[in-house]
Amino acid sequence: MITVRAFAQVREVTGEDTFTLSLSTPTATVSEIKELLSQRSALWREVLESGVLCAVEQAVSDDNTLVSDGTEVAFFPPVTGG
Amino acid sequence: MFVDVCQHTLDINGYQNRLHEHSTNAGAIVTFCGLVRDFNHAGCIDGIHLEHYPGMTEKALNQLLCAANTRFDLLNAGIVHRVGDIANHEVIVWVGTSAYHRQAAFDGASYMMDMLKQSVPLWKKEYQGGRGVWVHKKHTDELAAMKWLQEASGTKESR
Repeated sequence: MITVRAFAQVREVTGEDTFTLSLSTPTATVSEIKELLSQRSALWREVLESGVLCAVEQAVSDDNTLVSDGTEVAFFPPVTGG
Repeated sequence: MFVDVCQHTLDINGYQNRLHEHSTNAGAIVTFCGLVRDFNHAGCIDGIHLEHYPGMTEKALNQLLCAANTRFDLLNAGIVHRVGDIANHEVIVWVGTSAYHRQAAFDGASYMMDMLKQSVPLWKKEYQGGRGVWVHKKHTDELAAMKWLQEASGTKESR
C-alpha cells in the first residue's frame, strides 16, 4: 500500500485528501500510479490531465520515479507561496 | 540560520533580533516582509488562506536557505512563512539576511523570495465575494526565478 495525498485544487477537484492505494506489483512508477488514479475516478482523470506536480517521500519527482509499498506520494498544483 | 512555518502573527522584531544576534561583523542586514494586499485584478479581497505540505514545506525552505547561504556567502539568514487564514495587510512572509557587504545581503534576500515563489510547497487562495479562489502562478514570478538560474549557469558573478 502507498499513501496518496492531495493538496489545494487537486484535493478540491477530486474530493480526496489522504488515502491508501494498493499496488499489484512491488514497485510502480509515478506514471503507473497516475494511471491507477485515473481509473479510480473521472475527477482524478480530469485533474491529472490538467497537469499536476508530484512529490514522492516529500521530494519533487517525475513520471519515472519509482514508488514502493509504504511510500507517500503527493499531487499538487504549481506552488503560489510568498 | 532559521526557518519556520507558523499559524500566528509573525514576530518580525523578534526575527530581526535573532538575525542580528548571530551576525558578528556583519556590514549589512536586509529584511523583507510580504504583506496581504487588499485587492486583486478583480477588486477588493477579504484576506487569504495559505495551504502547505507539512514536512515538505519546511524541507524546501531549509534547502532554499542553504542555497542562498552558499551562493551569497551570508553570515546569517532566516525565512518565516505564515500559513492558514491571513487577514488583509498582515505579514505573510519574512526573509532576512546578513553579510559582510550590502550587495550580498540584498541579493540573498531577493533570491530567496524569488525562488520561494517557484519552489516551496505553498498554495494561496484569495477570499472574494464570499468565496475562495486559488491564485495561479504568475509569469513574472517565473521570470524572476529564471533570472537567478541563468545567472548561476552563466558567467561568474562579480559583486
